[in-house]
Amino acid sequence: MKVMVAVKRVVDYAVKIRVKPDKSGVETGNVKMSMNPFCEIALEEALRLREAGAAGEVIAVSVGPAQCADTLRTALAMGADRAVHVDSGTVPVLPLSVAKILKALVHVERPGLLILGKQAIDDDCNQTGQMVAGLLRWAQGTFASKVVLDKESQTATVEREVDGGIETISLDLPAVITTDLRLNQPRYATLPNIMKAKSKVIKKVTPAELNVEIKPDLEIIQVTEPPKRKAGAIVSSVDELIEKLKNEARVI
Amino acid sequence: MAASSMLRRCLRNPRVFSSCAPSPLVHDRFSRLISTLVLAEHEGGFVKQSSLSAVAAAAAVNKEKSVSVLLGGSGPSLLKAASHAASCHPSISQVLVADTDILLHPLAETWAELVRLVQKQGSYSHIISASNSFGKNVLPRAAALLDVSPVTDVIEISEPRLFTRPIYAGNALSTVRYMGEDPCMMTIRSTSFTVSACSSDSKSSEAPISKVDLSSFNEASFPKSRWLKLASQESERPDLGNARTVVTGGRGLKSAENFKLLEKLAEKLGAAVGATRAAVDAGFVPNDLQVGQTGKIVAPELYMAFGVSGAIQHIAGMRDSKVIVAVNKDADAPIFQVADYGLVADLFDVIPELIEKIPDKK
Repeated sequence: MKVMVAVKRVVDYAVKIRVKPDKSGVETGNVKMSMNPFCEIALEEALRLREAGAAGEVIAVSVGPAQCADTLRTALAMGADRAVHVDSGTVPVLPLSVAKILKALVHVERPGLLILGKQAIDDDCNQTGQMVAGLLRWAQGTFASKVVLDKESQTATVEREVDGGIETISLDLPAVITTDLRLNQPRYATLPNIMKAKSKVIKKVTPAELNVEIKPDLEIIQVTEPPKRKAGAIVSSVDELIEKLKNEARVI
Repeated sequence: MAASSMLRRCLRNPRVFSSCAPSPLVHDRFSRLISTLVLAEHEGGFVKQSSLSAVAAAAAVNKEKSVSVLLGGSGPSLLKAASHAASCHPSISQVLVADTDILLHPLAETWAELVRLVQKQGSYSHIISASNSFGKNVLPRAAALLDVSPVTDVIEISEPRLFTRPIYAGNALSTVRYMGEDPCMMTIRSTSFTVSACSSDSKSSEAPISKVDLSSFNEASFPKSRWLKLASQESERPDLGNARTVVTGGRGLKSAENFKLLEKLAEKLGAAVGATRAAVDAGFVPNDLQVGQTGKIVAPELYMAFGVSGAIQHIAGMRDSKVIVAVNKDADAPIFQVADYGLVADLFDVIPELIEKIPDKK
């Protein structure tokens, strides 16, 4: 069974972002970019499934501008067998379009499992996995913290992080799984593997070649900074803290 | 463009057509066509608090007071929740009940199909649910089935199709306009839409309850997933998402044993207990207590952080709290930049002292 993993290139999680002065978006030029942390976890899970013999080939895919090839190269260095880059140019692509592109790639590659991160840390949408599952009419296991594949019954048992605790569901394969933080600890790419990754193949296609029209039905009007909190005070003792909470803030 | 899609809607739905035809003003006609569906959850015979926030958001979209609430499941608790929904908000004009065992568990495949079915029957202009693990799981799937882009985690509704939502862990706010076909779908951040107390004696404004026609709702045509179990931590403390006071512990607490100390303080304050990712990963507490970009978003009156450094991803989950208190040994910890009151001290000295000195909650 092939496993397809979708990865996204985003501003590194540790970067303190800056809103552009013209309010058109967030500054991304000259900013460190990395693979979205949830996507790393998705890829790690696919690699572990392959190492456990539960999966065959691992294919990494990314949708976005030319620089996404770097992200795919990272995925290949971590251990993905090959990669597909859907070059969407510089136009922003909404989750619905990404989901349609992934659906088209699923029809080409025929994986038995599609793994994504639960959300990208830039747009914080948390939509793509659910949408591609809906479009494919596959079962979905979102916010996964544990995945067990059963080859015989062609099912996946998924433990999900939900509001009340941990929910366990069973999915008929093929299925879509999105990963939560606690699913695994992604590996680092070693130098030999980074070298090896250079000879692996990144296939390039365009949305048009996949017959997917990118039709944005959401328009960004403006991006602003959130309101600043007013500077706080440092208190010197527990008594002073209680006094302030009681008489100044009036919260206890 | 808006006018033509409206016309199509009118033609599809004769009821809407008759109500909008006599109006001479296009703008007026547009506002008349707003009809909102809230995908709600219920528990123990009551609509969940987060779903009531979604109703409050629907009322903000919808000045015409025609909000429909959709509930699913079966048995007496569904009927009780339906009657709770019928009388809990003046904007609610209709309660739709999908009564079937198929919907007993919150599985995305069946619920998304239900939303599609109800949309086909009612042609709503907006579909809203809370941005919790249920809404985030179901609504995007339903949106894909209806071929529209949903908006996640809306914190402000300026116009029926103009919304503000946080991006980059809340470090920027994005204002977006929905330009697509109906329905406009969104999940809302519960802490941004306050719910006024539900008066059960306002029986005069009770909305009619009707059953959803499920004759075409065929389980055999859904992709298969099965619900096996939910492992939940029973707690007598208030729900983290709605608590007025939250006390949170980070890596600085050092062990699960020490978290008991924090729980004692929470008890004294009538507070919910939260945690950072570091505390959850170290196994001090279960994951559903995590506050942050990927955990729960809280906005209590008082947020007290003990041994929390204040990483971007944690701040994302609590920055809208009214009053933030930070206790940390490290005077340079970033948490002090957002704290209203900071105390540079050892939390193992501070917490017992607080427990001793804080006045009892009645």
